[in-house]
Amino acid sequence: MNAPHSPGAWDTRRQGRMRRIERAASLGVARQVPASRIGELLEAVIEPGDRVCLEGNNQKQADFLSEALADCNPERLHDLHMLQSVLALPSHVDLFERGIASKLDFSFSGPQGARLARLVQDRQIEIGAIHTYLELFGRYFVDLTPNVCLIAAQSADAAGNLYTGPNTEDTPAIVEATAFKGGIVIAQVNELVDKLPRVDVPADWVDFYVVAPRPNYIEPLFTRDPAQITDVQVLMAMMALKGIYAEYGVKRLNHGIGFDTAAIELLLPTYATELGLKGKICTHWALNPHPTLIPAIESGCVESIHSFGSEVGMENYIAARSDIFFTGADGSMRSNRAFSQTAGLYACDMFIGSTLQIDLAGNSSTATMGRITGFGGAPNMGSDPHGRRHASPAWLKAGREAGGPDAIRGRKLVVQMVETFREHMAPVFVEELDAWKLKESMGMELPPIMIYGDDVTHIVTEEGIANLLLCRTPEEREQAIRGVAGFTPVGMARDRKMVEQLRQRGIIRRAEDLGIDPRRANRDLLAARSVKDLVRWSGGLYAPPARFRNW
Amino acid sequence: MENLEFRFAAQPVKPAAGAALCGVVGSGNLEILIRPGDEADACTVVVKTSARGFGKIWEAVIAEFASRHPVGGTRIAINDMGATPAVVTLRLGQALGDYTGGAQ
Amino acid sequence: MNAPVYTNLVLRHSYFEATARSRVAAVLDAGSFREFLPPEVAQPSPHLAILDIPGAFDDGVIIGSAALGGKPVLVIAQEGQFMGGAVGEIHGAKIVGLLRRAALEKPAAVLFMVDSGGVRLHEANAGLIAISEIMRAVLDTRAAGVPVLALVGGSCGAFGGMGIVSRLCSAIIMSEEGRLALSGPEVIETVAGVEEFDSKDRALVWRVTGGKHRYLTGDCAELVEDDAAGFRQGAIDLLAGWNEPVPSSAGLRAEQERLSRRRQRFAGMRDGLEVWAALGVPDPRQVSLIDRDSLVALKKGLPA
Repeated sequence: MNAPHSPGAWDTRRQGRMRRIERAASLGVARQVPASRIGELLEAVIEPGDRVCLEGNNQKQADFLSEALADCNPERLHDLHMLQSVLALPSHVDLFERGIASKLDFSFSGPQGARLARLVQDRQIEIGAIHTYLELFGRYFVDLTPNVCLIAAQSADAAGNLYTGPNTEDTPAIVEATAFKGGIVIAQVNELVDKLPRVDVPADWVDFYVVAPRPNYIEPLFTRDPAQITDVQVLMAMMALKGIYAEYGVKRLNHGIGFDTAAIELLLPTYATELGLKGKICTHWALNPHPTLIPAIESGCVESIHSFGSEVGMENYIAARSDIFFTGADGSMRSNRAFSQTAGLYACDMFIGSTLQIDLAGNSSTATMGRITGFGGAPNMGSDPHGRRHASPAWLKAGREAGGPDAIRGRKLVVQMVETFREHMAPVFVEELDAWKLKESMGMELPPIMIYGDDVTHIVTEEGIANLLLCRTPEEREQAIRGVAGFTPVGMARDRKMVEQLRQRGIIRRAEDLGIDPRRANRDLLAARSVKDLVRWSGGLYAPPARFRNW
Repeated sequence: MENLEFRFAAQPVKPAAGAALCGVVGSGNLEILIRPGDEADACTVVVKTSARGFGKIWEAVIAEFASRHPVGGTRIAINDMGATPAVVTLRLGQALGDYTGGAQ
Repeated sequence: MNAPVYTNLVLRHSYFEATARSRVAAVLDAGSFREFLPPEVAQPSPHLAILDIPGAFDDGVIIGSAALGGKPVLVIAQEGQFMGGAVGEIHGAKIVGLLRRAALEKPAAVLFMVDSGGVRLHEANAGLIAISEIMRAVLDTRAAGVPVLALVGGSCGAFGGMGIVSRLCSAIIMSEEGRLALSGPEVIETVAGVEEFDSKDRALVWRVTGGKHRYLTGDCAELVEDDAAGFRQGAIDLLAGWNEPVPSSAGLRAEQERLSRRRQRFAGMRDGLEVWAALGVPDPRQVSLIDRDSLVALKKGLPA
């Protein structure tokens, strides 16, 4: 339990931990727990009201433990306070519907967003806050330290050492916060082996482990099929490369996961190289192993990539490119979300990603009515860290554009890249974000804004690039946004004269201003046009999941 | 389906080809055929589109195109299967590029 | 600006995803194509207009004359992105007219770039009649001594009536990505249920209709890489050694016999993997993974 501290007793957490372990021992359960007895173990070591961190990552999921917890008796286990990065599986939500858990602090909910919203409206769930990844990890070490954590690893040895494989992701942050503050660490593993390829979590941080009846679920979240990239996305990628990457000499960066940025990745060996940019841009990345980056890596455009997690099918390719990726002595990748997010926040000069809505202040949101989807890591990387001290040409140039030649600090480039209309002619540019209505209907304290407008430096659309750093008044900023908002109602309501003036000042730049011929905006410019092309580029090392194959 | 017709005054253009065709009538796409027209300082446009109710946006997209480029003396025919304004603008630019035959 | 130094991978342009016009431009001798009934004079389908559906200026098929390796050829190219390359009345009439012209002019060959799911259902009987006229015209053109080569590698494959038309041609050139069959995967699933055939299992679809399967079973004469250069070279090679006898009723009957025997031999098999094993492929699972050259070598080594 997490009651306020009473003077005189200084080891209540440790004693609580002993109590829980003794209860487990009385069941006759050793460190290696049989899968059939996992429910008994959970009911023995978890107490009502506990903070329980359930490892749900972008990719790897502790799905067996999640289902086992959801199957526990709500009379024994109730009012749990769940902490998790990603709420992705049906069983994550079952916990609340079945009365086992009642409070949630999380970061991203993706596919379960609609169910989550219903539970909030029905008051079956209390949301503490929706965090960014780094905030949530930070709070694990401040005021949301878990009593118990349920994690996933690839394999364990007899002593209980764990190997997480390429998808280490959030595991180190979760285990460290739990194991060193009197908590209980329970791991599900895919297999028990005599000798681990490497030790990612030492045995004395792990209390119990269980061989799950099936391998943990991993979502291929970062695979974008080049066949789906459109000519318009190629045009926008050409503009971004010429108007932003080349202009600022962006070497250290993070990309979002959409098709817009996948198009940029696939133009690095072609268009960007043709512009003489190889080695001058995009050399160092905080990025998941995007398959669409393979042609750029193979063409020598990339020097280093640190990853939040891995990607299904990229394992052999990564192992064979250890100069580029972070790998262990065993050859396989070591990822770490906390470190990679830190790198994305502080060590990168640019974040570029897509969004669903942008308002006239440049605030962007992926919230839609009836869904609570959260943030993930985009707001960490898509924000200007005011604490940054080290300089780089890109960071300095952006800072001086915003603050003049005597600016005392630089700026991170935070770029939003969108087509002005989404599918079904839904406009991306709006007078008011749906996030405000969602705030009202869900009783939130803040609207779920993904990237704050004052962090956004550029907006790229098919109509051009708006450089918000150079805007000097809120009015200029608004017209710069309207000026690239195309034929959305927001774009049509532009002050045409002012937009033309902004264009004269280089605040708005069109494809023709950048010397881009629309006839070259063609899929032919992509270095790979299918998943199969990516496999060819990788020399057969990339093994895409079945759903991306037609062979 | 909706049939739309527009006429815009525009600076005359010098064609290199007798006609230029760009795009395909596929989902979210369109084909654009540019041919010489009858009036040197006007551009006439005929649109057949599968999506109803977007006449105002079509007019704005083509007006913007006609104001940014010399397209006088042309007849433009469009068959559309729900292309977004982004795709329409891109294809118009590509078709005009082929029609005037400038170096890429 | 530095001159682009692109690798072969970048320069390789998928035939599968190309438009009909870009296929015509890339497969034939550069600049040699002359279009008959180009978009500015052709008429879109009147049937689609009645149904309130936008037509295409060329009704989804391009016809014309060109040169291939210096030899005169006539060309048909279906546009798979327009209504799935389906055959309507005007579309069919353009193809039939081109084939009849070939029978009179006797070019070195007709190149038929097939990319079609078959009949355009919107045009009902007009489309069905068009397909049967195309079948007749293909055989007439061959009877006149002009080889008709079907190139199958587009995103819509060659299905329905166009599957039959393709097999009536003198020879078929396919890429691994191409598909050739009578009923399309979705049709089979709709009629017989997902247990019979899961049309979303893309790998399975290609294992029973794709280019590699058709090459191993002898339904296509050549297997080429998925790019225009592959199809171009495949057609040039086929024509260089062309000496097919003029088709006859006896020849068609013999082919019918052969297909009946084949059907008995493979009866009950549900997957290309089983057929390939029966053909003597040592490790059928490898077939989907190996490249074009390796597969051609593999086929050479199979028992006759």
